[in-house]
Amino acid sequence: MYRRTLLAGLGAATAVSGAGLWRPAVAAAPLRIAIVAKSLGIGFFNAVHVGGDEAAKSIGGIEVIFTGPTNTAAENQIDVINALIAQHVDAIAISANDPDALVPACKRALQRGIKVVTYDSTVADGRLLYLADATDEQVGITCNKLASDACGGKGKVAIVSATVTSTNQNAWIAAMKKALPQTPGLDLIATVYGDDLSDKSYREATALLQKYPDLAVIIAPSTVGITASAKAVEDAGKTGKVFVTGLGLPSECAGAVAKGTIKSFAIWNPVDIGYAVVEISHALIKGTGAAGQSIDAGRLGKIAFDAQGNGTLGVPTIYDKSNIDAAAKLF
Amino acid sequence: MPEPHTGMLATIRRLNLTREAGLFGLILLALALIAPLYPAFLRPANLSGLLDDTALLILLAVGEMLVLISRGVDLSIAANLALTGMIVASLNQAYPGIAVPVLILLAIAIGAALGAINGALIWLLRLPSIVVTLGTLSIYRGAVFLVSHGKWVNSNAMSPAFLGFVRLSFGGITMLTWVAVAVVAAIAFFLRATISGRNLFAAGNNPGASIYAGIDIGWMQFVAFTIAGAISGLAGYLWVSRFAVAYTDIASGFELQVIAACVIGGVSITGGVGTVAGVVLGALFLGVIKNALPLVGVSPFFQMAVSGLVITTAVIVNARGQKASVRRILEQPAL
Repeated sequence: MYRRTLLAGLGAATAVSGAGLWRPAVAAAPLRIAIVAKSLGIGFFNAVHVGGDEAAKSIGGIEVIFTGPTNTAAENQIDVINALIAQHVDAIAISANDPDALVPACKRALQRGIKVVTYDSTVADGRLLYLADATDEQVGITCNKLASDACGGKGKVAIVSATVTSTNQNAWIAAMKKALPQTPGLDLIATVYGDDLSDKSYREATALLQKYPDLAVIIAPSTVGITASAKAVEDAGKTGKVFVTGLGLPSECAGAVAKGTIKSFAIWNPVDIGYAVVEISHALIKGTGAAGQSIDAGRLGKIAFDAQGNGTLGVPTIYDKSNIDAAAKLF
Repeated sequence: MPEPHTGMLATIRRLNLTREAGLFGLILLALALIAPLYPAFLRPANLSGLLDDTALLILLAVGEMLVLISRGVDLSIAANLALTGMIVASLNQAYPGIAVPVLILLAIAIGAALGAINGALIWLLRLPSIVVTLGTLSIYRGAVFLVSHGKWVNSNAMSPAFLGFVRLSFGGITMLTWVAVAVVAAIAFFLRATISGRNLFAAGNNPGASIYAGIDIGWMQFVAFTIAGAISGLAGYLWVSRFAVAYTDIASGFELQVIAACVIGGVSITGGVGTVAGVVLGALFLGVIKNALPLVGVSPFFQMAVSGLVITTAVIVNARGQKASVRRILEQPAL
């Protein structure tokens, strides 16, 4: 009796370890999806992380690894990708700091069977799907409309961007220029670069105010840019004369909206982006999603991807005095 | 015996004077080139803004100068600034009731403590300062994450008093600039009129002789790093309140501009040589260039290269005076 139990026990143990050898930790270990930020410490990406965790919880069996470099240099993001490859994660969702520099690292990840998805800012090659926040055209048209609203349809406009090489900033600026004929009163006179640093953005905005005394609107399609520009306008005593708009986080812009430096601005919901990328990554791991198909993204419904693997979350939401307070509490 | 010594000091002083005059000339030249293109640049309001912008650079540069004079280099000052700034901004967010002067004193104390860590490691373990501060640079930057969990502290989270202090204006000049003026005056007094200040020059200039003269070189470095840290801490509060935002990357890479301001201002990176006036002019020169570049409309692709070129040119123009000190270092006994 005793001996039979022992044998049975041994057999069971062998079976378990044997299964373990063939398919390491199938049921027990969760799927690991890495969300890579452009840089840690940016509120937008923290909100993406929140959304990613929400999706992981609702799907179950998923561990979200939120990581990224401590500054927006492409080479540091390559190190992060290499580290994730070494950890054998199941999927990497990344907002790329450079469209070209990251391609080899992303391709290496794909070769190792890791599903690579880009969001917010993509790479030229080496990814399966790209979830854009909104189409570049939508962003361009929205920014022009916001600028036009701010100055009553007619005035000189300047752009304070992030870095010269930033993929999505450049695409949006190109879209703004293309959409300018729709808002004929706007006169785009300059584009400057604040490198996503508060002091440089502040200085560039101050220089714009000096150089163009009749400037009406500053458009800054980055959170650092929009807050630094608003501060520069405020400190120059031009609140109410020069308006700042663009893309930013409600929590960062709330102060400037209250003071009237920013009348309105736009942003898509980063929580939704994080939620969507985890759903999409999960679908790819399960083999149920591909370019050219629609992917079921939980509470967000289906997201369509074209044959090149590009999909869009949706048009940005516009925030002003009426709805900023509620949003500022969220992200 | 004292005869050749005073002679040499006089020579150095004369060379520094010509360097300062040269720098002053360069600043005037830069202003003269900008003025006809953008007359608005020279308006009092904009010059006051330029001073504000440069005040932070001046503050950090005089701190760095003390370290350089002691034959060290502090790469962690901008990280110290970011960490201290984040701590006081977070405290202000969590407890808006804490009075601003208390927070300023706290910023100075935290900065001094971070500087003292550098100084203690260098003094007690006899490690090279470039290695120690390269390490603490990362530690302090990393600590900003630990303090903030990667979150921003933004303008509407800070109290009006916290943000308002640097913008208070006396005689058309803001508090930010007045603070820099006060710190510069204090450091000038320290270097010129106190025994510790003179010992700092001696320790950096000729460590071998200083030991025989009874000067503890390690202690002098500790003092220099602690004061530089205290100034960085103060600058941390000023930076965060001026730009009304605290996040991990603030002042990232700023230490290089600070060292550039010192070098342009005639501080020897091999120790023992430097004047407060030179450093202030060096920082002002950089400040004028940094503020003028966006106005002149240099392509952003070239801005960094252009500012590098200007810095290198300024250093070369000022290098004549450096020759004397290079020879002096070759002559001194190996330590």
